[in-house]
Amino acid sequence: MYEILTKEMLTPNICRMKVSAPRLAKSAKPGQFLIVRADEKGERIPLTISDYDTREGSVTIVTQPIGASTKDIVAFEPGECFSDVVGPLGLASDFMEIPLEELRKKRYIFIAGGVGTAPVYPQAKWLHSHGVHVEVIIGAKTKDLMIYEQEMSQVCDKLHLCTDDGSYGFHGLVTAMLEKLVADGAHYDQAVAIGPMIMMKFATLTCRKLGIPVIVSLNTLMVDGTGMCGACRVTVGGKTRFACVDGPEFDGYEVDFDEAMRRQGQYKTEEAATNEHHICRIGRGK
Amino acid sequence: MANKIPRVPVREQDPLVRAHNFEEVCYGYNAEEAMLEATRCLHCKNPRCVSACPVGIKIPDFISHIVTGDFAAAAAVIAEDSSLPAVCGRVCPQETQCEGSCILGVKGEPVAIGKLERFVADTMHEAPAADTTPKAPAKGAVKVAVIGSGPAGLACASDLAKWGYDVTIFEALHKAGGVLEYGIPEFRLPKEKVLKHEIDAVRALGVKIETNVIIGRTITIDELMDNEGFKAVFVGTGAGLPKFMGIPGENLCGVFSANEFLTRNNLMKAFREDYLTPIHAGKKVCVVGGGNVAMDAARTALRLGADTTIVYRRTEVELPARREEVHHAKQEGIHFAMLTNPVEILGDEKGWVRALKCIRMELGEPDESGRRSPVPIEGSEFEIPTETVIMALGTSPNPLIAKTTDGLDTNRRGCLVADEAGATTRAGIFAGGDAVTGAATVILAMGAGRTAAAAIHKYLQGE
Repeated sequence: MYEILTKEMLTPNICRMKVSAPRLAKSAKPGQFLIVRADEKGERIPLTISDYDTREGSVTIVTQPIGASTKDIVAFEPGECFSDVVGPLGLASDFMEIPLEELRKKRYIFIAGGVGTAPVYPQAKWLHSHGVHVEVIIGAKTKDLMIYEQEMSQVCDKLHLCTDDGSYGFHGLVTAMLEKLVADGAHYDQAVAIGPMIMMKFATLTCRKLGIPVIVSLNTLMVDGTGMCGACRVTVGGKTRFACVDGPEFDGYEVDFDEAMRRQGQYKTEEAATNEHHICRIGRGK
Repeated sequence: MANKIPRVPVREQDPLVRAHNFEEVCYGYNAEEAMLEATRCLHCKNPRCVSACPVGIKIPDFISHIVTGDFAAAAAVIAEDSSLPAVCGRVCPQETQCEGSCILGVKGEPVAIGKLERFVADTMHEAPAADTTPKAPAKGAVKVAVIGSGPAGLACASDLAKWGYDVTIFEALHKAGGVLEYGIPEFRLPKEKVLKHEIDAVRALGVKIETNVIIGRTITIDELMDNEGFKAVFVGTGAGLPKFMGIPGENLCGVFSANEFLTRNNLMKAFREDYLTPIHAGKKVCVVGGGNVAMDAARTALRLGADTTIVYRRTEVELPARREEVHHAKQEGIHFAMLTNPVEILGDEKGWVRALKCIRMELGEPDESGRRSPVPIEGSEFEIPTETVIMALGTSPNPLIAKTTDGLDTNRRGCLVADEAGATTRAGIFAGGDAVTGAATVILAMGAGRTAAAAIHKYLQGE
């Protein structure tokens, strides 16, 4: 049903796939996510939508294998089919609601970390194509792990690259990159940070220091993704919200990141056990 | 004349054995037992059981066919009013419906109507399968969309398909069945043996089921009607949103909604080694609530190896769960902490649950519902050490469809507004089941689905 149309490894560990899902492709908007269940025995894995093509009826996902289920997802090859792909889930990015006229007066800075760079792409693309000023910072541990450099350069006004080890671009974390840009005289009205929870936490702290409002996209645990299970509970502005239906994007200033990080690790013990015993079944006469 | 024997006991899995597995608890009657139990029916002139059944199954009629051993005829009688007999025979609260009004129950034990219904349905399942190749709807048949594949949707779709409509059910999850699939555990409602069979029967009528479609996100009701040619829509999306208490500590690690806990185990099969879904029960679990969902969550936790306690603010008499479930839970070794209400969940330094802080309650004056409302006893706080807390406090309807469909009104509880026939505030859109009433029972949802099917039929004929 949900055929993998193309597959490429962006780094030895990050995989990009284009998957056939016509209904989903037609309604997907920047900021939303989807859920993949690779096969009958797999988990429902929430993944951000990295691109969508209404004409072709396809969506693009970028996955980094961490647990057993994500490993299974990236083991699929073009021509094979996932059991289930469902979405789009969550709310579209905030800027979709802002009148264009107002939006064009704003300067956006996206702060992208690791695999979180992929979901930044459709947002930057949408804003850029609507004539909004967009700059993007892509951060990676090292040069070989940098993704979306080419693609992103096509959809933003300025692209800033940085690596933790200095092997490519600016030597430092995304937060240091942002501070440098502002120190050098850049002005931003809105930041959007997407990446690992810890990166979003520190990006938020830096934005607060610099007085830039920041939106973050939370990749919490989820089962159904429709508001049914509550696994994705996060505290935002002192209130419990469900990342799947109230988010995934929230005002970074309001998010309790420490709680969110603890909750994200809730099944670590169980997952470690699964990983240990897991024998990948993909491609073995299924 | 009816046989004056005691109610025929039903065979069950040994409590000590079943506490460690997910096999069905109740084995049900065999033919001999069913035929014997059937002889107890008095065949009342005005059968109170029929009026107490939300869908009005002709109970004495089907029972009389069991007496003569004509099980197919019994099944046909049930099928006139119910599309999910194997499910309802297992999960209906018979003690407050059919069996609760059986005249035999006044002095002794009522006829085991639920067990007899289940027997008939199961026997028919085992019979050599009739032609199950899906019937294709006639060319040019009018298209009707059914949203949600739970009891309301399945019942509505069945009736419409029988009347010749081209019916498509849209399901948000990857598997059909709604709460029957994600909510009710295997040990109470076996998925492969029972549920799959009932859903296949709906498919055999020509009903198409499209999974992974979230109405309101993947496509809207308006798009279904404007672009895909659906002339009427039935919304049977249930009540899927979990409630929490709003007490401190609810976002600690180790606090789950019963929905999450049960969905992981039922839909996602976490209890099976060969499935990847993780689940966390730990050594000690507290389940807060007293309904069927609380019993299901507690008995699931027990089977996953946890010492489990049900925490409920009223007394055992007020437990809203089916009596049989409470009985089974006790047999299996679940502890019941009654007149106990959580006030806070306490965590350790790593952000995991370590204890449930509760206050003791006493029953005060009856409230509007006639139930005596529990009042906290001041200064009686105490802690129950636990690793996991599962909140089973009820659920409310998902607001997504109402939010994304113009002209569809909801009440203050978030339920869709619909009249007795199921017509909503927008022409061509009907609704029924938990989405309209708030969380209720399988049989009521099924009944509402059938009522709405009739209203849709009438609406489309008038068009």
